[in-house]
Amino acid sequence: MFSLEHITNEVQNWLSSNFSSGWVLVWECLIVIVLTTGLFAVLGLVLVLMERKVAAQIQIRLGPNRVGPRGMLQTVADTLKLVMKEGLTPDLADKFLFNLAPFLVMMVAMLLLAPIAFARGFQLWDINIGVLYISAVSSLSVIGILMAGWASNNKYSLLGAMRSGAQIVSYELSAGMAVLSIVVLSGSLQITEIIQSQQNGWWLFKGHIPAVIAFVVFIIAVTAETNRAPFDLAEAESELTAGFHTEYSGMKFALFFLAEYINIFIVCAIGATLFLGGWMPLHIGSWGGFNHLMDYIPSSIWFLGKTFLLIFLIMWFRWTFPRLRVDQLLALEWKYLLPISMLNLLLVTLIAILGWHF
Amino acid sequence: MYTETAIISDNTLAGPEGELVINVGPQHPATHGVLHLVITLQGETVKKIEPHLGYIHRSIEKMCESLSYRQFIYVTSRMDYLSSHINNLGCAICVEKSMQIEVPQRAKVIRVLMSELTRIASHELWLGAMAMDLGAFTPFFYAFREREMINEIMEDSCGARLTMNYMVPGGVMYDIHPQFREKTKAFVKQFKQKVVEYDDLVTNNIIFQNRMKGVGILSKEDAISFGCTGPVARGSGLSCDTRKIFPYEVYADVDFDEVLETGCDSFARYMVRVREMHQSIRIIEQLIDNIPEGDFQAKTKAVLKPPKGEFYQRVETARGEFGVYIVSEGGTTPYRIKFRSPGFSNLSALDHMARGSKIGDLMATMGTLDLVIPDIDR
Repeated sequence: MFSLEHITNEVQNWLSSNFSSGWVLVWECLIVIVLTTGLFAVLGLVLVLMERKVAAQIQIRLGPNRVGPRGMLQTVADTLKLVMKEGLTPDLADKFLFNLAPFLVMMVAMLLLAPIAFARGFQLWDINIGVLYISAVSSLSVIGILMAGWASNNKYSLLGAMRSGAQIVSYELSAGMAVLSIVVLSGSLQITEIIQSQQNGWWLFKGHIPAVIAFVVFIIAVTAETNRAPFDLAEAESELTAGFHTEYSGMKFALFFLAEYINIFIVCAIGATLFLGGWMPLHIGSWGGFNHLMDYIPSSIWFLGKTFLLIFLIMWFRWTFPRLRVDQLLALEWKYLLPISMLNLLLVTLIAILGWHF
Repeated sequence: MYTETAIISDNTLAGPEGELVINVGPQHPATHGVLHLVITLQGETVKKIEPHLGYIHRSIEKMCESLSYRQFIYVTSRMDYLSSHINNLGCAICVEKSMQIEVPQRAKVIRVLMSELTRIASHELWLGAMAMDLGAFTPFFYAFREREMINEIMEDSCGARLTMNYMVPGGVMYDIHPQFREKTKAFVKQFKQKVVEYDDLVTNNIIFQNRMKGVGILSKEDAISFGCTGPVARGSGLSCDTRKIFPYEVYADVDFDEVLETGCDSFARYMVRVREMHQSIRIIEQLIDNIPEGDFQAKTKAVLKPPKGEFYQRVETARGEFGVYIVSEGGTTPYRIKFRSPGFSNLSALDHMARGSKIGDLMATMGTLDLVIPDIDR
């Protein structure tokens, strides 16, 4: 009906009937580039506005409400301001690395969008090792952050970057373990197959308590991996002014800022895909009528709904908790989360082998 | 092109043995003003802290020497701007003491009420600012919701929200606003309801407790030797509440407890301030319905000329003991005025408290000292 799969098929058919196969690829590439860039801009605008509105509601205030209807255009105005600001490069900075870093961070965020299934049949690249690809590429962002911290020639930036390096590398382990437990349950690394395996129920519900533990560990680990409060030590403003992006201004700062929000979207999308069934509607056992009703809701709505629910959760964390200290942060990972997730993975494997999951 | 100043070169060169010297301030989100800390770091660990002052020195003590005994009180509002009522009160009492002015009972009660409201407002701001130092933004807005009510009460009676200039030698400048009682009662009610939210959001938060407990240790002996006063010393179990030891105005007649905690750490100092707010509410509740009728200001001469001599008065501000020392030559202006500000002594303990801790804990410890820089650097 209105499914995105329908539209993509139409486009595919129209292109292949009018052009030779080589040109079809070129046109599809172009469409994908335009769509991805558009998605980036829209996501950035929506998420920044959402963050500000969520923060305002939590902090008993109104939030942006002057630019445009109900403050909808506030982020557009903010972006305009950032575009017009001078992109300053400090005198003693390593100019090449300093200017490269924000693009690297942004590029990682862009690459991560590729294997995400936004709706039924609406996916850029259904790679057969999708989960592995995500884990591999997401580790690259730490290089950009370390580069920014080092090249700025600022001690605050350096401290922030070093903290960030320790943090991202550590928390990647438990995030990987949590992801692995779903891979064990579904028996595939491919995103579409993981989603298909949740047709009769999401892994969060099907995998008993170990899946819930994996989900909680995953949420904590990705909050840390995206440098969000309470794990925002890399940019702890009361300690390091702005951490690794202290020296950045204008559009270069905006790229870091945008990459942070895109990363939040991506990790939440991955969380929704692995644990909450991606674009799969909510199905409950043998409730035929209920399940049929749920099928009427478009798959893209399901996917975005679940993703934004998780994003809201992560924003809620930020505006509630104080920041951890650096040694507490590492102790949390190495002393608690990693042993728990290792044990949990064993349990999940046991469940998968014995077929105890629903 | 910039030529490298001493500070910039200090900032770009590593110290001996891989030590890192960073300048926190004079403009930094955690210093709440223009405090400049030169911190020597080894990795994340703080090796040495050197506070540098002087960025907001306005020579207030010297200025006071050329102002009359009525005028100099207003300048003291600009010192500890968060408890300006209490600063003014200390000066007013000192002048009254020298002139032997009898203050009407009504004025005394109003002064105490205003002082306690100021103390709550100051502690509310501190609560929000300290939570911000720890990276939590939301408590700031919750604390300011109640502080705003106090500011409105002040605005009604004093005509100002921050530098009130309400205490004058002989009493208070104006009578209280007709709505003062009603609004104060509304505030007390609101505070008692909403204080639960602070506990949920801050006090009982597991991350907050882990950040505060066992951090920034200041033993009782050290508190005495550094001359710490106020909540900082009371968090180390040192009984030093001027309101109890040397009662002034009507503090001897009201029923309240001196808050003491024996934890000696940041959490103890936090708890002292939170519990002090409850004690202030207790004082307000006792006095708000018992404001006696009568004059709000004693009849005094237009020009005050204290006799030759030295006069000292101490009061308990939100940050600790504030002392006013006046040397009079019998003229219309003081010969010399010296203020004892609580923040200066409390800041001097920072190096001792935070040495060896992580840089994040340094900010948390500094937050619990509740520093107001214009008070330290007059």
